[in-house]
Amino acid sequence: MQRIGVFVCHCGTNIAGTVDVKAVAEALRYEPGVVISTEYQYMCSQAGQDMIHEAIRENNLTGIVVCSCSPRMHEATFRKTAQSAGLNPYMVEIANIREQCSWVHKDMEIGTEKAIILGRAAIAKVNLNAPLTPGETPVTKRALVIGGGIAGIQTALDIADAGFPVDIVETKPTIGGKMAQLDKTFPTLDCAACILTPKMVEAAQHENIRILSYSEVQDIKGFVGNFTVQIKKKARYVKEDICTGCGLCTEKCPQKKVPNEFNLEMDNRRAIYIPFAQAVPKVATIDPNYCTMLKTGKCGVCAKVCTAKAIDYTQKDEIMEEKYGAIVAATGFNPISMKPFDEYAYSQSKDVITSLEFERLMNAAGPTGGKLLRPSDGKHPHTIVFVQCVGSRCSAHASKGKEYCSKICCMYTAKHAMLTRDKYPDTDVYVFYIDVRTPGKNFDEFYRRAVEEYGVHYVKGMVGKVSPEGDKLMVQASDLLADKQLHIEADLVVLAAAIEPDMSARPLATMLTASMDTNDFFTEAHPKLRPVESPTAGVFLSGACQGPKDIPETVSQAGAAAAKVIGLLAKDKLKGNPCVAGSDEWMCNGCSSCERVCPYGAITYVTKEFRMPDRTTALRRVAQVNEAVCQGCGACTVACPSGAMDLKGFASSQIMAEVDAICK
Amino acid sequence: MQMTEFKPKIVAFCCNWCSYAGADLAGNNRLNYPAEVKIIRVPCSCRVNPMFILRAFQRGADGVILCGCHPGDCHYTSGNYYTRRRMALLFSMLNFLGIEKERTRVEWVSAAEGAKFAATMNDFVAQITALGENKRLEDLRCKK
Repeated sequence: MQRIGVFVCHCGTNIAGTVDVKAVAEALRYEPGVVISTEYQYMCSQAGQDMIHEAIRENNLTGIVVCSCSPRMHEATFRKTAQSAGLNPYMVEIANIREQCSWVHKDMEIGTEKAIILGRAAIAKVNLNAPLTPGETPVTKRALVIGGGIAGIQTALDIADAGFPVDIVETKPTIGGKMAQLDKTFPTLDCAACILTPKMVEAAQHENIRILSYSEVQDIKGFVGNFTVQIKKKARYVKEDICTGCGLCTEKCPQKKVPNEFNLEMDNRRAIYIPFAQAVPKVATIDPNYCTMLKTGKCGVCAKVCTAKAIDYTQKDEIMEEKYGAIVAATGFNPISMKPFDEYAYSQSKDVITSLEFERLMNAAGPTGGKLLRPSDGKHPHTIVFVQCVGSRCSAHASKGKEYCSKICCMYTAKHAMLTRDKYPDTDVYVFYIDVRTPGKNFDEFYRRAVEEYGVHYVKGMVGKVSPEGDKLMVQASDLLADKQLHIEADLVVLAAAIEPDMSARPLATMLTASMDTNDFFTEAHPKLRPVESPTAGVFLSGACQGPKDIPETVSQAGAAAAKVIGLLAKDKLKGNPCVAGSDEWMCNGCSSCERVCPYGAITYVTKEFRMPDRTTALRRVAQVNEAVCQGCGACTVACPSGAMDLKGFASSQIMAEVDAICK
Repeated sequence: MQMTEFKPKIVAFCCNWCSYAGADLAGNNRLNYPAEVKIIRVPCSCRVNPMFILRAFQRGADGVILCGCHPGDCHYTSGNYYTRRRMALLFSMLNFLGIEKERTRVEWVSAAEGAKFAATMNDFVAQITALGENKRLEDLRCKK
């Protein structure tokens, strides 16, 4: 039998104004298990806490009920008080007689009656409370960042600067991500490479950062503080530590017709290649799909010209297993495929391009050396039409496109338009838009400059059709403000394609048991208050994998994610929430129902030997809850058909005792 | 002699993260709702076993309402989806058990919706009061 103390708070007149606190204390004195029941002006004050402290000591209390304000307010306070008096903090229950009683009822009699019932329910619950101790697990003081774009690089740098080792896993042969492909960045128009490449080098040279480029995460096991990750280092057929990145092999390779993905296949590269001049690590990679030596065994030119003897045609994929305490997803985004949008003639004309392709065309290191030339005939375009929201903000019922706003297109289109007019003032630039959204620092000023200073024609309305005619592109569009149809003879059409999460995000989320929204963006633990954490403990989100973002936002989110990781890695041991699920192994029938509903993957099945009657033993498959992973939602407790699964602190018996007390 | 006014007994299960906070907000804003509503805090609406609801009816509750985070906002990401399915199933069986379906309800109340919480409770209590006492499932052995 518990020895329970009941403490009723006046909260000045907040409670005492509508609830007869003396009557409540008196009525609760005779509830089962109660040995002392008293009231006081302010329980949360030092004097009130001292009173509880004394009462616990004097009466050898095993549990207390505080009838006061919401547990969201002072549960932690009273738990500390209980702990200081030698009582387990989880033997404290709060009856919320302020927010849910005195403040919502006006009548003293009604308020008092309800307060007594709420007190009774809390007493009934605490009678069944058991002391709980949060479990402790050690933390592997090392972080994994998945994705080596600006988000991943920034997160890794910030974590590494705090003194923790970080690995960056990048599927491409180089880090840098999408930002490395950009020409200039809005709203300041500084060149992307000039601000990104120093960061790439810094990451490569940082003593705490290891870059695993051309690698993929294959499997993730474990939980917060203790992840075990399998990483596949793909064979690049070049010894990374020996290659000097001189680039001689990439000039001599006879296989010249390989579409260059870095330039979005607008030009060709060799079968052995370095993606771009500032690549990190600056190491050549052989593309096994095109290398004649790897395919037929006849060639070997690169090996012959390599003075460092770095070429190794026998290299194999390598699987490594590493341990981490925290994982950051920074998988980024891609423009969506333009295939379903054939009204814009993307597949019919080379002169209909996406904005990212335009970015490469404008880039000094791009296929045209920074000259704006039409991909079809290499001529300078005189009329350019930009189409906004291609695939963004589509109706939920449309068969194609995304419902959300891709957020960055308005600004980069303004940038493209401005840069074009700046470099080629003889060019007519039209931008067709639904809305122009510029809610960032200096964003609207930037857009207005494009219109006012650079004379870009902004037209509200959508393009209906683009049809190639000769070497021209006939653009049919509507001008909604002038209420008329427009026919423009364009030389180049640029589509602001919507962005979507990288394809690798979905399988990664499955491995991490992290949740995603319907668009495959990672979901954050709380949209406002925990925006860089995944609901799965130990998993953090950085950059566009969480939602469309521009560079400044990505960098700030990357830093925020790093701060959260550092906070986690700085701990030697993790204290969990003790209100977790637990299964009664004797009742468990091994059906896996709980495992299937657990949003965290906290439940695993083990086969255990049980002693049975008559000195026999039996092997049975039973559920086991990993207390470090369980968040205590209780979904499994309801799914369990045999009643083996229960939630500590919110046990079925406790909740039913509350139900009984309320219905009495 | 006039009958005493019927005061229904109503159990409200509220998830810790949204609806319980919503109820607190209703209190902070001093939004009145009937005292017949007694709240039980659960970590997530998906912690509520349909058994708890039947138990409440058995013990003499006249109405049971279950409040959770809005779909998509669950603190545990998917708990309220489980709730929605489980309760759809339970509610579809209630008539068969002899309980009016209207005695139960699932509502999504966020931590910011104090006003919605109070309005929901006012509405629910009015609905239950109109239905009258729950006699069908009440276990007479539990009557004091």
